[in-house]
Amino acid sequence: MTKMLNLKLRIWRQDGPHSQGAFLDIDADGIPEDASFLEMLDVVNERLIADDIEPVTFGHDCREGICGTCGVMINGQAHGPEKATAVCQLHMRKFDDGDEIVIEPWKAQSFPVLKDLMVDRRAFDRIVEAGGYISAPTGTAPDANEIPVPKEVADLAMDAAACIGCGACVAACPNSAAQLFTSAKLAHLNLLPQGQPERWRRTENMVETMEDYFGTCTNHGECHEACPKEISLDFIAFMNRDYVKAKVKNRSLASQR
Amino acid sequence: MTITLDAKIPDGSIAEKWDNHKFSVKLVNPANKRKFEIIVVGSGLAGASAAASLAELGYNVKVFTYHDSPRRAHSIAAQGGINAAKNYRNDGDSVFRLFYDTVKGGDYRSREANVYRLAQVSVDIIDQCAAQGVPFAREYGGLLANRSFGGAQVSRTFYARGQTGQQLLLGAYQALAAQIAAGKVTLYNRSDVLDIVTKGGEACGIVTRDMLTGAVHGHTGHAVVLATGGYGNVYYLSTNAMACNVSASWRAHRKGALFANPCYTQIHPTCIPAADEFQSKLTLMSESLRNDGRIWVPRDRDETRAAAEIAEEERYYYLEEKYPAFGNLVPRDVASRNAKTVVDEGRGVGPLKNGVYLDFAAAIARDGVEAVKERYGNLFDMYERITGEDPYSVPMRIYPATHYTMGGLWVDYNLMTSVPGLYALGEANFSDHGANRLGASALMQGLADGYFVLPYTIGDYLAPKLGDTPVPTNDPVFTDAISAVDDRTRRWMDVKGTHGVEHYHRELGKIVWEYCGMARNEAGLQKALSEIPALRDEFRKNVKVLGSPDGINTMLEKVNRVDDFMEFAELKVSDALHRRESCGGHFREESQTPEGEALRDDDNFAYVAAWEWKGADAEPELHKEPLEFENVKLTQRSYK
Ligand SMILES: Cc1cc2nc3c(=O)[nH]c(=O)nc-3n(C[C@H](O)[C@H](O)[C@H](O)COP(=O)(O)OP(=O)(O)OC[C@H]3O[C@@H](n4cnc5c(N)ncnc54)[C@H](O)[C@@H]3O)c2cc1C
Ligand code: SF4
Ligand code: FES
Repeated sequence: MTKMLNLKLRIWRQDGPHSQGAFLDIDADGIPEDASFLEMLDVVNERLIADDIEPVTFGHDCREGICGTCGVMINGQAHGPEKATAVCQLHMRKFDDGDEIVIEPWKAQSFPVLKDLMVDRRAFDRIVEAGGYISAPTGTAPDANEIPVPKEVADLAMDAAACIGCGACVAACPNSAAQLFTSAKLAHLNLLPQGQPERWRRTENMVETMEDYFGTCTNHGECHEACPKEISLDFIAFMNRDYVKAKVKNRSLASQR
Repeated sequence: MTITLDAKIPDGSIAEKWDNHKFSVKLVNPANKRKFEIIVVGSGLAGASAAASLAELGYNVKVFTYHDSPRRAHSIAAQGGINAAKNYRNDGDSVFRLFYDTVKGGDYRSREANVYRLAQVSVDIIDQCAAQGVPFAREYGGLLANRSFGGAQVSRTFYARGQTGQQLLLGAYQALAAQIAAGKVTLYNRSDVLDIVTKGGEACGIVTRDMLTGAVHGHTGHAVVLATGGYGNVYYLSTNAMACNVSASWRAHRKGALFANPCYTQIHPTCIPAADEFQSKLTLMSESLRNDGRIWVPRDRDETRAAAEIAEEERYYYLEEKYPAFGNLVPRDVASRNAKTVVDEGRGVGPLKNGVYLDFAAAIARDGVEAVKERYGNLFDMYERITGEDPYSVPMRIYPATHYTMGGLWVDYNLMTSVPGLYALGEANFSDHGANRLGASALMQGLADGYFVLPYTIGDYLAPKLGDTPVPTNDPVFTDAISAVDDRTRRWMDVKGTHGVEHYHRELGKIVWEYCGMARNEAGLQKALSEIPALRDEFRKNVKVLGSPDGINTMLEKVNRVDDFMEFAELKVSDALHRRESCGGHFREESQTPEGEALRDDDNFAYVAAWEWKGADAEPELHKEPLEFENVKLTQRSYK
């Protein structure tokens, strides 16, 4: 028979970006250990609704760890205690009966709280818009096999491209830096032969847009620990090298104009 | 208004139709494209690819999504791969073979001309995506790798690990981001589209609710494109994301767009069974697992022992016994129905007896743990995360779940619905998969529609409108629609009932799953037709929505969606009732072969059922688009 857990929850509640927030303390009894963390919140919400209290707002959609919509701090850890797992894939069997669980939104200046546990991560989209693409207008592509990509390169690009854009890296970072996210996108595109023509422009623009929104990286490595896709810190080093090169190359390109 | 269905299929042989059509459609010259505004709803594969391509051509595009970022559309979750007739494996693939497989796989209920075009442009999709930097799997020589997928005898599926949908969507999202940066696309994120606006019978805009502020707005355009995904969540539990819904299509339907084949739903055989009442969604385990896993249940209905203790002769490998040629690799619908049969017989496994075993013991004994890990490691990890069981030592438990919806808005060859100026793309339309979709073909269709079909066909509608200004949003058609949406939304706040929205969605799901799921019959469907309206009435009188309409309110977002599902479900069931044949994913118990296989009735049902909304209190009207098969001979599927 499924084991049931009785939990003590402290959930952050906040009406909007400019309102004062506060914790809601609530007992969550009889939670099946097979439930996911978000299903546990669903149960809590159904009980709140029964008591005419507005349910807790949190971001979620796929519940398969791929869309990147979910994400909360659980006892101070982004996405909670299980390694390489987004909160929607975290299950209650990772907790013990009687546990106190503190649930808070991502905390970072560039991710303002919209309501309760839901935050605004649009700054990530701005970084991608600054150059996180390869310009290949529809219809212009050569046959796919005309540009061979060594398997090792394709695999490494895929490792980087696996980022789901959840923002846990920023939330976990003491400086709210977005290096892991930005470097993952840069590495995906800069490693591939197709990404070379725009490489230096892309790097400079994306890094500088990132700096407009986010803090500075001081190599804590917390981002990697929190990342549900285990994006490697090596990509940050790769980005830093490319950025230095980009500065030089873009200057000399500019002087040739 | 009397509607005559004209699919506008071009002349010529099947292989020439698309080329002929591209030559004969009207064009908008490059300098004039910027004089047009196009609204695209949805930023999944279909919406993002269409919006980016239209903007590259020079059109002004407005994109709407209820997600916070376009990258989160549900296409992101597709795992397995995308088909294309590249014949890179030299194994005899061709455009014609992909066309043939798709028509046959769809159980002869799709339109030949559309399917052929899909197969033709499939090759361009792979080129396009590779150029964008989609990190497809590669061979050591650097060329693209392929895998094979159910329902095909050639290896034509391209993939990016188990995250093909994610990578394709990121490719399209990035192309979209470039156009946003260039100012050619305006993105409206967290915008819920709650109505479609028409004037003089033509689509001219939409009504949205800003999900942050609650403000209701009208948006105008020369054409409206819906790429809003499928309706699988009418079952409550499905592999779809939580927010997937039918609302945009349903609202379009109420404004005159015919809804085609709503009864066609694909139930995927390999999902993780529900663990309890609180279960919010079901997770798909890739179909590829059936290549090595053996499916079985105990012969004894009262079996209580653990799987390992059950002797070989006490196990019922039902697929291998019934279908010796295909065994565990029978098509999705056949695998699903057989799982239901054994579970209904009381042979189910797991605490709730609601699953069947998918056993890797033989594969592990044959190839070793490492080889199995290499092939399925990430899937096994995911299974363990969700169930807490280790599939290397105990068999997985699986059960079918709703996965994909083949029905959708009726569209002609140009992807235009029966409302002029209103288009439907991707899973939201009905066009290419007939009564059953083959694996790895939805990604192909979404991108075909968005990258390579709509950008050509939309010009034909727009060209004569050069110089027309879009209908202003203070026109009565807009102000009326805006206040109707506002009223409808606010009215929920006043119901002050006793149950939350989730409760009603779950109840609706139970009815639809029970009577209009894997197997359907006259009596059950009739029962559903009496239960759904009763539930809908009760829901409208007794639902409880808390909070304020003027800000973020997830209950309010959901109540509108469930309300639309409540109406849609009735149409879906009516369609299932009227189609007294079995075909593809639609299994009518009254129509089966002596061996219990699906039996089509081509004499009476070789048509698309396109339903017209006649008002809330009237029966919908059925329009039939006859299907003609000139290139693929109608045969009964057999996987024995
Ligand atoms: C788990 C899973 C695995 C799959 N695996 C495969 C596979 O391996 N191969 C394959 O070919 N297919 C697969 N499929 C099917 C395929 O992923 C989908 O059919 C396809 O991605 C649908 O794309 P789409 O663009 O039509 O819709 P979606 O990606 O669902 O996008 C819908 C968009 O519309 C927006 N939207 C909807 N309604 C509104 C509204 N009212 N207001 C505002 N915005 C709205 C959403 O925000 C979203 O942006 C899989 C499906 C699932 C569920
Ligand atoms: S790098 Fe990791 S933590 Fe950061 S957004 Fe990407 S997936 Fe999330
Ligand atoms: S809900 Fe999609 S990643 Fe968690």
